[in-house]
Amino acid sequence: MNIANTDQARHVTSPAALIRERKALRARQAVDPPGSGIAAHDLSVVYRNGNVALSEASFDIPKSTICALVGINGSGKSTLFKAIMGLVPVASGKVSILGQPAGRALSRNTVAYVPQNEEVDWNFPVLVEDVVMMGRYGHMGFLRRASALDKHKVDQALERVSMSQLRHRQIGELSGGQKKRVFLARALAQEGQVILLDEPFTGVDVTTEDAIIDLLKELRDEGRVMLVSTHNLGSVPQFCDQVVLVNRKVLDAGSTETVFTQQNLEQAFGGTLRFHVLGSSELHDDDDQRQVTVISDDERPFVLYGDGDQDSDSQP
Amino acid sequence: MNWLILMLEPFTLDFMQQALIVALLVSISAAVLSCLLVLKGWSLMGDAVSHAVLPGIVLAYLLNIPVLIGAFVTGMLCAVSTGYLTSNSRLKEDTVMGVVFSGLFALGIALFTKLDTGLHLHQVLFGDMLGVSWSDIVLTAVLTVPAFVVIILKRRDLLVFAFDPQHAQVIGLNSTLLHYGLLAILSLVIVASIKAVGIILVIAVLIAPGAISYQLTNRFEHMIWWSIGIAALATVAGVTLSYHIDSAPAPTIVVLLSTLFIIVFLFAPNRGLMRRTVLTEIVD
Repeated sequence: MNIANTDQARHVTSPAALIRERKALRARQAVDPPGSGIAAHDLSVVYRNGNVALSEASFDIPKSTICALVGINGSGKSTLFKAIMGLVPVASGKVSILGQPAGRALSRNTVAYVPQNEEVDWNFPVLVEDVVMMGRYGHMGFLRRASALDKHKVDQALERVSMSQLRHRQIGELSGGQKKRVFLARALAQEGQVILLDEPFTGVDVTTEDAIIDLLKELRDEGRVMLVSTHNLGSVPQFCDQVVLVNRKVLDAGSTETVFTQQNLEQAFGGTLRFHVLGSSELHDDDDQRQVTVISDDERPFVLYGDGDQDSDSQP
Repeated sequence: MNWLILMLEPFTLDFMQQALIVALLVSISAAVLSCLLVLKGWSLMGDAVSHAVLPGIVLAYLLNIPVLIGAFVTGMLCAVSTGYLTSNSRLKEDTVMGVVFSGLFALGIALFTKLDTGLHLHQVLFGDMLGVSWSDIVLTAVLTVPAFVVIILKRRDLLVFAFDPQHAQVIGLNSTLLHYGLLAILSLVIVASIKAVGIILVIAVLIAPGAISYQLTNRFEHMIWWSIGIAALATVAGVTLSYHIDSAPAPTIVVLLSTLFIIVFLFAPNRGLMRRTVLTEIVD
């Protein structure tokens, strides 16, 4: 991701351009079907205390896709991540990754995980490059000694997230956005084809957010599949091709245009969203009946204007 | 060369040589382990396991099996049951641990006073470093050297396991094996150190070297080497000093480690209290 160019990129990604971009992607995928990325079939997860975290979830995310995972806290987003990583026992149903059952795919480094900043102990005595090197461990031998190839991949990954300058810093000395980029670099070094990102935009500055989005798009074009849990509703239409809406079960899943609608979001979030509807008389001097609807969780709002048009305004 | 004579004089005696060897074996293997315990947040676990070995020692005497096996079994029982109770109740780990280890320790004391084992409680609790035989040293080496080698060889896996268990899982490391392997090594090192430092003071050599070196460096690799160096230095100095001031060697080592901890806390180059105070004054 090139930080210097993101300001330009921001202006270029107008709604029309986004729709064109997505149409082009769909066209490419129609000619050459990308195959299954992450698929869940009637997946249920029950914790030991009897709490049903997720029931009968089904969705299918193809390769070359960025998919948003949207839902309130406690709706089963983390559980779904853990089920995909094989960290929680599946009560019934199944998850498959690149067409393989989740457990087997994992031992081959297929899944990379980018944790939330709050989950990491930033005082840990590791440098930026040490963390990125951890991404290579699955490719190394018994003693995890780095080969020239491993070192090269780490250099490449650091370069790609513009963190080469800071590679000898202890991880606690970084800003929120830099911290996030370290773990993105680890996922790149791991060469995971499936990347799970947990709240990648929380505590991250706008420049880094755009840079992350650009990187995710590049990775998508390389054929990888990404599942991104996010509160940042406004940016979902900006970069996500698909959306899975969860609340203890999958409410809806599919392409962003069909799933990411006002009606569905109301259902997913219940009363926890902030809605602001600006009616026609406040908005227009003429008798235009269209409204502006602003839907916000806690970050960048999701803005609907008119009847069918979907738009995300980058200035909240 | 007066100081050199002072340094070497204690070791003209056989029992002082033996004390130094056994103390080095225990403190160095405990030092590498301490880095992981401090980073993983398992310091209290070391304390719990060390107390929980007591009933095992007594019961092993009663059943006429090797003491070390009895101690290892109850030590592991404490660690494993703590994990089980935590995940099957609403209580936090430290609470469960407190209940389990104090219960086992009390059971050990009760059994000790009731049964005639021929052991001295004082020696089990505080060690008997000056009374070790060569066969004790061999036994200690058989337990601590493999523990040391395993941790050094698998240090990178153990680091990932401590730093980010979810990442460890997704890159195909066996988290369960690492978890119980580390607990087993912890129990082994504790069992090996009963004779040298006793079950009360072992916690000091299991935490202090890691806690000191954590404040000195930003890299795990360096932390391990610092930790080993600090433990070895404190051991040699402690054993020598104890001879001259006529104190017991194990507590002398622990007092030296604690003093070092305070010095590092105050004067460490980047994180020390003094350094931070100076920095804040500059900013103000």
